[in-house]
Amino acid sequence: MVISPISSVFKKCKKEKRSALLTYTVAGDNTKKKSLEILNSISNYVDICEIGFPHNTPIADGGQIQTSAYRAIKNGIKMKGVFEIVKKFKKNKKKKPVILMGYYNMIFQYGENRFLKKCKQVGVNGLIVVDLPWPDNRIFAKKCKKKHITFVQLLSPTTSQTRMKKIIKDSHDMLYLISMLSTTGGKLKVSPKKILKNYNKIKKINQSKNLVIGFGITSKNISSFKKADGCVVGSEICKKISKSIEKRQNPVKNLSNMVKNLRRELS
Amino acid sequence: MKIKKGIPLIDQHDKNGFWGGKFGGNFIPETLKKPVEDLTTLFEKLRKDKKFIKQRDYYFKNWVGSPTPFIKLHNLTRYLGGAQIWAKVVSEANGGAHKIYNATVHSLIAKRAGKKYIVGDTGAGYAGKMLSMAAKKFDLKCKIFMGIKDIQRQKPNCDAMKKNGAEIVPVYTGSQTLVDAVSECMRYWVSNCDTTHMCVGSTVGPNIFVKICGWSTSQISRELFKQIKKEFGKIPKKIKLLNCCGGGSSSFGFWNEFMHYNKKQIEFIGIEAGGPKNSKKHAAPLTYGSKIGILHGAAQYVNQNSEGQIEETESISAGLDYPGVSPLHCFLKDSKRARYTAASDEEALKAYQLVTRYENLNPSLEPSHAFAEAIKIAPKLSKDTILIVNSCGDAHKDRDILKQRLGK
Repeated sequence: MVISPISSVFKKCKKEKRSALLTYTVAGDNTKKKSLEILNSISNYVDICEIGFPHNTPIADGGQIQTSAYRAIKNGIKMKGVFEIVKKFKKNKKKKPVILMGYYNMIFQYGENRFLKKCKQVGVNGLIVVDLPWPDNRIFAKKCKKKHITFVQLLSPTTSQTRMKKIIKDSHDMLYLISMLSTTGGKLKVSPKKILKNYNKIKKINQSKNLVIGFGITSKNISSFKKADGCVVGSEICKKISKSIEKRQNPVKNLSNMVKNLRRELS
Repeated sequence: MKIKKGIPLIDQHDKNGFWGGKFGGNFIPETLKKPVEDLTTLFEKLRKDKKFIKQRDYYFKNWVGSPTPFIKLHNLTRYLGGAQIWAKVVSEANGGAHKIYNATVHSLIAKRAGKKYIVGDTGAGYAGKMLSMAAKKFDLKCKIFMGIKDIQRQKPNCDAMKKNGAEIVPVYTGSQTLVDAVSECMRYWVSNCDTTHMCVGSTVGPNIFVKICGWSTSQISRELFKQIKKEFGKIPKKIKLLNCCGGGSSSFGFWNEFMHYNKKQIEFIGIEAGGPKNSKKHAAPLTYGSKIGILHGAAQYVNQNSEGQIEETESISAGLDYPGVSPLHCFLKDSKRARYTAASDEEALKAYQLVTRYENLNPSLEPSHAFAEAIKIAPKLSKDTILIVNSCGDAHKDRDILKQRLGK
């Protein structure tokens, strides 16, 4: 079996004895060109790039990501543009895994099959669909697998042990643990210890799945999660873009520094 | 697509929560899976629990004030000449609108679930006002999410919410109306589902919220069924039930008990908000053939662009100003049990003027849309046709808009 680019990244990180760094940015934030520049620059320090395709009725995102999403939509980003960004990015960084993340209506309107075909064409490696939980996602997840695209199942503190086992059984090579009851970018309201306890519970069920932690992770607390297979930072990055625009500074440079620091915190 | 006989419409979904195989469902973040499942289990238990039903009926009767009046609008009937026009004056319910039924049931459920906090969304402010009343009555702490645009145009209801001790959380995102209020409320629930009960203000949202709301507002048609029988001695041969339709909670409740009747005998007409006459924006996804999409956890006909971004709506009536519509109504449309049409802002205002000129009735801008259709079709219909309009809200909340648009 061919090992997926996502799995090989985790393998490499394990070898280097560090947690993988995943970042989330919104495609087209604040423009198509700028968001590609940001990706090109930060990916020097990032292991996997999560790229959001924005939706204007996001029911699980906090203020920072909402702001980024609205800004990108306002500046004209469409699915076509999202795929163009990925294509151009992958041309430059062939080995860097890309995970697209968004809401199901965008995929539904594009057409599931057409969407996956396009993903494959431009080099998307994984998908996170926020509002398509298990078991409703089973058919779609199977379609992803056929195309060798990792469908990332989400797990939450509210997910029961039985449900967890079933989800993990149906999962591909990567899982995403939502750290706490929150939308994205909430203040970390539970202790890292408690989150890691949940993390270990999942790892115990299946050691071989790559498990990342997200929601509420920032430069301030990321070092507490070093033991995890991977950590996702999203809202803090989106916030930095907003701040940079506000101060008329170059977000590319600011973000690059921020991500460099995140990587340092994890090693 | 067909409606089954002998099974309540709210229960005619498949195991994945879809009505007619494609409307509804549960498009929700993983975090909400468990709370939604818990709520589903609790509700299915409670609706079979005689004690709970007794409690509901007690509060409906003694607190909400059931039954609400069913009256003939003699003057309007005479003026229009043609079909008889009747009104089910649901606005006589405690608080002034049908939203009290859903709010009461959700508060009772929240108590049973041992939750101390309750949150809800609101457009016109009635869902919020009623939830604040019920929360006060049942000793729950209450937060209401409301678009800033609606806060400005529905001030009387905001005053009522504050008086009842509820906190109004203004929503500044997107179009700053109901659609964003629902999103913000759901986001709040994602973060607080361990301590807080969420009440979705209409027959929208994830499957269970559609069901609870429809189950609650069905009180309207339960009463009406008895009232019609009492008034006419039997169910007349030609009845048309007219109701405005935003999310669709009042219309569903107004029709539910008559679902199994042939539509030639009892026709359902849903009136959506057509928006300003000269505007392309509207809140009438069923009338204007919007495509199926996902909004607030459910598949439904919804105003959206080709990409899947939800489109902004426009309507003089905050309560109908919603880009989507209940999966139940999508099902009723596609199974052809109900038909849907739209009235413009101007038509609703004109209807309001006419109704208030001839009758001692003060329908809010939402049911004024339904009256607009009644006024349009009544003259063409025979005298033995019974048109019944659900006057589901009182215009007290609209006083600023009416003053501005009509100068009174």
